[in-house]
Amino acid sequence: MKILVCITHVPDTTSKIAFSNNNLEFDKTGVQFVIGPYDDYALARAVELKEQQGGTITALNVGEVETEPTLRKALAIGADDAIRVNTPALDSFFVATQIASVAKEGNYDLILMGRESIDFNGGMVHGMVGEILGIPSLSPVMKLEIEGGKAKLAREIEGGKEYLEVDLPLIAGCQEPIAEWKIPNMRGIMMARSKPLSVVEPSENNANTKTESYELPPKKGEVKMIDSDNVGELVRLLKEEAKVL
Amino acid sequence: MSVLVFVEQSEGKIKKSSREAVSYASAMNDGDVVALVMGTADGDQLATLGNNGAAKVVHSTDSRLDKGVIRAYSAGIAQVMESEGSDTLVMAESSIGNPVAARVSIKTSASLASNVVGLPDTSSGFKVKRSIYTGKAFANTILEASKRILILKKGAVPLKEDGAAASVESIDLAFDDSDFGVTITSQEKATGQVLLPEADIVVSGGRGLKGPENWGMIEELAAELGAATGCSKPVSDMDWRPHHEHVGQTGIKVAPTLYIAVGISGAIQHLAGVNSSKFIVVINKDADAPFFKAADYGIVGDAFDVVPKLIQAIKAAK
Repeated sequence: MKILVCITHVPDTTSKIAFSNNNLEFDKTGVQFVIGPYDDYALARAVELKEQQGGTITALNVGEVETEPTLRKALAIGADDAIRVNTPALDSFFVATQIASVAKEGNYDLILMGRESIDFNGGMVHGMVGEILGIPSLSPVMKLEIEGGKAKLAREIEGGKEYLEVDLPLIAGCQEPIAEWKIPNMRGIMMARSKPLSVVEPSENNANTKTESYELPPKKGEVKMIDSDNVGELVRLLKEEAKVL
Repeated sequence: MSVLVFVEQSEGKIKKSSREAVSYASAMNDGDVVALVMGTADGDQLATLGNNGAAKVVHSTDSRLDKGVIRAYSAGIAQVMESEGSDTLVMAESSIGNPVAARVSIKTSASLASNVVGLPDTSSGFKVKRSIYTGKAFANTILEASKRILILKKGAVPLKEDGAAASVESIDLAFDDSDFGVTITSQEKATGQVLLPEADIVVSGGRGLKGPENWGMIEELAAELGAATGCSKPVSDMDWRPHHEHVGQTGIKVAPTLYIAVGISGAIQHLAGVNSSKFIVVINKDADAPFFKAADYGIVGDAFDVVPKLIQAIKAAK
């Protein structure tokens, strides 16, 4: 089985979010970049499926040279090779077209990625790639088994989940508990250094959105503390001050 | 501008989030708003979408659409956008709406924005504000294509409830076999509960509750408030509560008017799921719990002491 795992290169969850250059750019000062947590689930499931059934895993990122350490980490976790499409990730549509061109070349049985990136949280790329390639795309997938060219999965829906069956090829946007995150070991890290990482130039598609500026939410006021012997006061504040009851 | 709204049902009722999407379309638009409903539905109920601002409801009664079939819904919406001449598609975020929107954007060459938090600015071009970095920031994004799709975050506009009845038209949609290539074998769904993503009030419990057997008071508090119940990640990881109640970075992101956290310390991953809430109440016995810094109101105290008192106080105030 040939698996493509799409990886985002995003600020760690605990990062302080700030913007520079008059709110036009994300401020990378002191920010640590990681594999997106949802993509980490996708990669971990790919490694498990390869262990079960054999095959190859290609890790893919659409990004500039600074994302290569993140791709190397994917190689250390268990991808066999990596591809970087050499361009900034302009928007969901642009990234989807880049992934689709790589996918057309590679003829993959399974394309896995996170349900969303944790920077822009769009959650759109898997569906767009599915439509461009004319194949099914499901998200958020919390369970994925492959048996004889067929996938059986569980997808989270409001208030529960649904179970689905579909023929490969398939795209899945992954989330917990599809697999346990894998931490690269020393052997994996050593091997990753010599695994192939190829750089390809973007196909000529354009983005169709443009972000003009960023902003931070207004600062929250101080918390009002209420004595645990005076819980009625909380109810009064919620009713009269916050007006939410 | 000609706006189409994709409307979803749940348990035979039009979802409140879809009514919000119709309200949004009505508020942004000077033309008529058309709503699209797919699958078996009650005609009288469809007409009530007029109350939220729809002039016309287009209804496909094809019963294959009773379940959320992503590719068929996408094909259906693209056809209706074409036949109605819609340049803008609006929908509420959901487990069906999001994947459907992604596919429709490719079919129709539309620009797409998700997590939209307010009405567009159309003074020059078409600009929307969307939530990014899991609620920690916003982006002001211009949708450049001549068609656009907006997926709304809960609470993007107030619900409109003062319109007239809408006309209802049925429509025949054409599908390929491939549109039904994914088989939904079964669904497990909590019924009769307030669903977490739709709830105006959420009561969440964390490890401070010590075990799943103690959730009775969380459920009682939620019932008293008409709220949905949520939980922290450790609670869902330990299977005290189902994953669809997990609120946080890798779970459900909620945007209620009131979020009440009981026995949750407030790890940054949890805060990422609740920072779009209008008001946050934190009840924790540890006065140093980081959650208090993100709260509007706080009580330092043991959940087993405070929650029963809170239930009584709410009953007394009714």
